[in-house]
Amino acid sequence: MSLWEYANPVKFIRTTDKVLPWVWALTGICLVTGLVWGFFFTPDDFRQGSTVKIIYIHVPSALMAINAWLMMLVASLIWIVRRHHVSALAARAAAPVGAVMTLIALATGAFWGQPMWGTWWAWDPRLTSFLILFLFYLGYMALWEAIENDDTAADLTSILCLVGSVFAILSRYAVNFWNQGLHQGATLSLDKEENISDVFWFPLLFCIAGFVLLFVALVFLRTQTEIRARRTRALLAREGQA
Amino acid sequence: MPELGKYAFAVLSSYGVTIVLLSVIVLVSFRRARKVRANLEEIENRARD
Repeated sequence: MSLWEYANPVKFIRTTDKVLPWVWALTGICLVTGLVWGFFFTPDDFRQGSTVKIIYIHVPSALMAINAWLMMLVASLIWIVRRHHVSALAARAAAPVGAVMTLIALATGAFWGQPMWGTWWAWDPRLTSFLILFLFYLGYMALWEAIENDDTAADLTSILCLVGSVFAILSRYAVNFWNQGLHQGATLSLDKEENISDVFWFPLLFCIAGFVLLFVALVFLRTQTEIRARRTRALLAREGQA
Repeated sequence: MPELGKYAFAVLSSYGVTIVLLSVIVLVSFRRARKVRANLEEIENRARD
């Protein structure tokens, strides 16, 4: 069985219909476990006090803000190369979810920054690249809405997605490129033996899994909707011609 | 409820904003899914008749 079979809209809807209840259930389990564990049963940090509890929403949302755009990039490249409508619609479906994740990362970052840095906002490389990423999300969604022809919209938004990827990658590595910002270095890194103390790390892992699963569930649901909306437009156009 | 001390506003606001935004995107997604599905079914039935 080839992965490209799922490019068939009917096959995609049938498969995701079977998978979605499980993904929603796992999302609920991971999010409730991680957030309850993190909020109620972890100690304060010796330097940051109780604000350390913001990590359980700030880090997963920031991670998903970047990875949602990278998912859209892959889907856009598939559209450009192979012209599979489902991939273009999946990218469209992911954009509002990514925008919400970026907004959560920006808002929780501001709430965390105020007591720790003494300011809600600074033109720091990571913060600024995240704000630009958020504006790219808004521009991407506006472009889809502005163009009537679905294929033309998919072409143009794919190009916009390629350009915006620079900022998605920049927001991930900005703290490594420039050292003058207020934002600390990456909290999580695959090349470190220990990222943060285990007492914070384990609930954070559940929260990250919960945010990833929530993103997957929402993208599946919204892609199904986009497929149906596209078919509706096609049928209405056919009715109009008859 | 854990003792959040002087940072209670920052912590509770962060969780509040997150819960509101996530609830909005989930509810809007389900509402639109239901609406689009019903609309398509209606048009398909019309096309069949």
